[in-house]
Amino acid sequence: MKREKQLLKGNYAIAQAAIEAGCQSYFGYPITPQSEIGEYMSEKMPELNRAYVAAESEVAAINMVLGAGSTGIKAMTSSSSCAVALMQEGLSFIAGDEIPCVLVSVMRGGPGLGYIYPSQGDYYQATKGGGNGDYKIVTYAPSSVQECVDLTYKCFYVSQKYRTPVCLLADGMIGQTMEPAVIGEYPYEEIDQSSWALDGAKDRKPRFLASIEREQEALRKRVVKLFEKYNKILENENIFEKYETEGAKLVITAFGSIARIAKAAVKKARKNGLKVGLFRPILVNPFPEKLVAEIAQKVDCILDIELNCGQMLQDIKASISSCASTIPVKFYGRPAGVMMTVEEIYKQIENVYKEIVEKKYGTACI
Amino acid sequence: MEQLVYKKPDSIKEDFKISFCPGCDHGNAVKLVAEVLDELGVREKTIGIASVGCSVFSYDFFNVDIVEAPHGRSMAVATGVKRSKPDKIVFTYQGDGDLASIGIGETIHAMTRGEKVTAICINNTTYGMTGGQAGPTTLIGQVTTTTTKGRKAELSGYPLKISEIFKEIDGTAYVARVTLDSPAAIMNAKKCIKKAFEAQIKGIGTGFVEILATCPTNWKMTPQEAHARVRGEMSEVFKPGVYKDKVSEAK
Ligand SMILES: Cc1ncc(C[n+]2csc(CCOP(=O)(O)OP(=O)(O)O)c2C)c(N)n1
Ligand code: SF4
Ligand SMILES: [Mg+2]
Repeated sequence: MKREKQLLKGNYAIAQAAIEAGCQSYFGYPITPQSEIGEYMSEKMPELNRAYVAAESEVAAINMVLGAGSTGIKAMTSSSSCAVALMQEGLSFIAGDEIPCVLVSVMRGGPGLGYIYPSQGDYYQATKGGGNGDYKIVTYAPSSVQECVDLTYKCFYVSQKYRTPVCLLADGMIGQTMEPAVIGEYPYEEIDQSSWALDGAKDRKPRFLASIEREQEALRKRVVKLFEKYNKILENENIFEKYETEGAKLVITAFGSIARIAKAAVKKARKNGLKVGLFRPILVNPFPEKLVAEIAQKVDCILDIELNCGQMLQDIKASISSCASTIPVKFYGRPAGVMMTVEEIYKQIENVYKEIVEKKYGTACI
Repeated sequence: MEQLVYKKPDSIKEDFKISFCPGCDHGNAVKLVAEVLDELGVREKTIGIASVGCSVFSYDFFNVDIVEAPHGRSMAVATGVKRSKPDKIVFTYQGDGDLASIGIGETIHAMTRGEKVTAICINNTTYGMTGGQAGPTTLIGQVTTTTTKGRKAELSGYPLKISEIFKEIDGTAYVARVTLDSPAAIMNAKKCIKKAFEAQIKGIGTGFVEILATCPTNWKMTPQEAHARVRGEMSEVFKPGVYKDKVSEAK
């Protein structure tokens, strides 16, 4: 498809981008707030002669993805919260087997069934995972419908390039938001998977994809290799947004939907003369520790804002202690339910600014 | 004049390593599947799914591409492979714990969708690899490490008869239960396995064979005693036979 601007709902943007990216097989089970993705795929995939299977559960869906991905094609599933919880064993296998695939996780409120309100409560689930063993799920967090498109492409590309599961971590707000976005041709090169993919042992030795490893040393090396891969991804595929961080005394850290509201609050603060900036990691796993550490060395305080009880906060704190900085890290957040407003975040910025920055420099700093 | 009476199937690796206990029926079952792949001429386009159980090291002996599934999920993995590569031949090789216990959901639903894959289930009435605990296929009265006084129906219900269930599913094209306790039984088993692959090749639906198999190690029996058990009490509960055959009907 030619690149064009369309008025799109986040979930449809993801589905449409997946089709543009060449997703060959989709497997899913309904759960709000992402069901539109499966609905869209159920219609479009068969039209294009691609596979759509209504899986009987998310356990089945992720294992179908495992099988599909093992043939080297682009495979995906989409789900939410308690249902992504069911996929953790499969994800661990997929990571261990080094099979490329894309998981779209549109967070809702938890724990348990929670409710369909926007939430960022599954940051831990995505980035720390509930699967067993030493592995990571590479994770990108969009904060707009445009990023739903662009990052869906990115997820497919990174998964294929590095043979690893990649997660697009959205939330109910982005999934349900409608706004204009440019969508069109998949912008990345196709990665040849023929050196490892399973397609029948014709004129070559048979291949096997497995996470099981009997030799102690081989098992150790396998995990080390995975982590070398994650380091490479952080080095080559990191994306982030820095807004007004130059000369800032206070930097807000936030990801996904909340970062967008926080950005509006930062704009207002700047207008009012407060030296405030925003750092938004878009690649949240592996986490860009160094970037946060660099910022920490130049500012007096970080204020982390999330729609949860402080999950990315732990990564921010770890990044800061990695550079032996002792600046205070403040947190403002709450679990799913009521969305934050620009005004509310602005108030927090003002409070923290008064408490830390003005105390240090006096109001002259404004 | 020398006459070649037996040759290793091409679908078994040259340098194969078998990790099964002596006298275990897994060995014969693997060989039969390999012979069928050879005879159907599909080895080079076959993708096998290794399940978790004593057969987890399938890639040590099957001379085909193999992907490992988490415990019980082989039929979901098979679905993913087949739907992505419909021209490939896809089979699972699963234990009874894998297919009939933890993976019964994936199995029934793959069959319900009529996935064009073949599933082979080695029913040895126990979780062999983990040391012989009781599972859904364990016979009433059977002594295992978790039913030391024998399985009691009041406590843990009754043996699950999977072939009887699967024949009722519209998406299955072939369902048979076989044994490997005599040369005649082995020949019959091979015929049935072949049919279960033909069900897939002809695009009719899911092919399934349940093999009543021995686990001499956990049953604490000699291979001969174990086969006598298969012929006796096991076959009484799990009646061998062809339960459904849409393949012959289609001919
Ligand atoms: C999710 C999960 N639960 C439990 C296990 C442990 N486990 C490994 S093999 C096995 C039993 C396999 O029994 P069966 O499928 O009957 O195969 P057999 O060894 O008897 O051939 C179990 C329970 C596992 N690997 N994964
Ligand atoms: S434990 Fe039982 S099923 Fe497993 S290899 Fe040994 S005899 Fe066979
Ligand atoms: Mg068993």
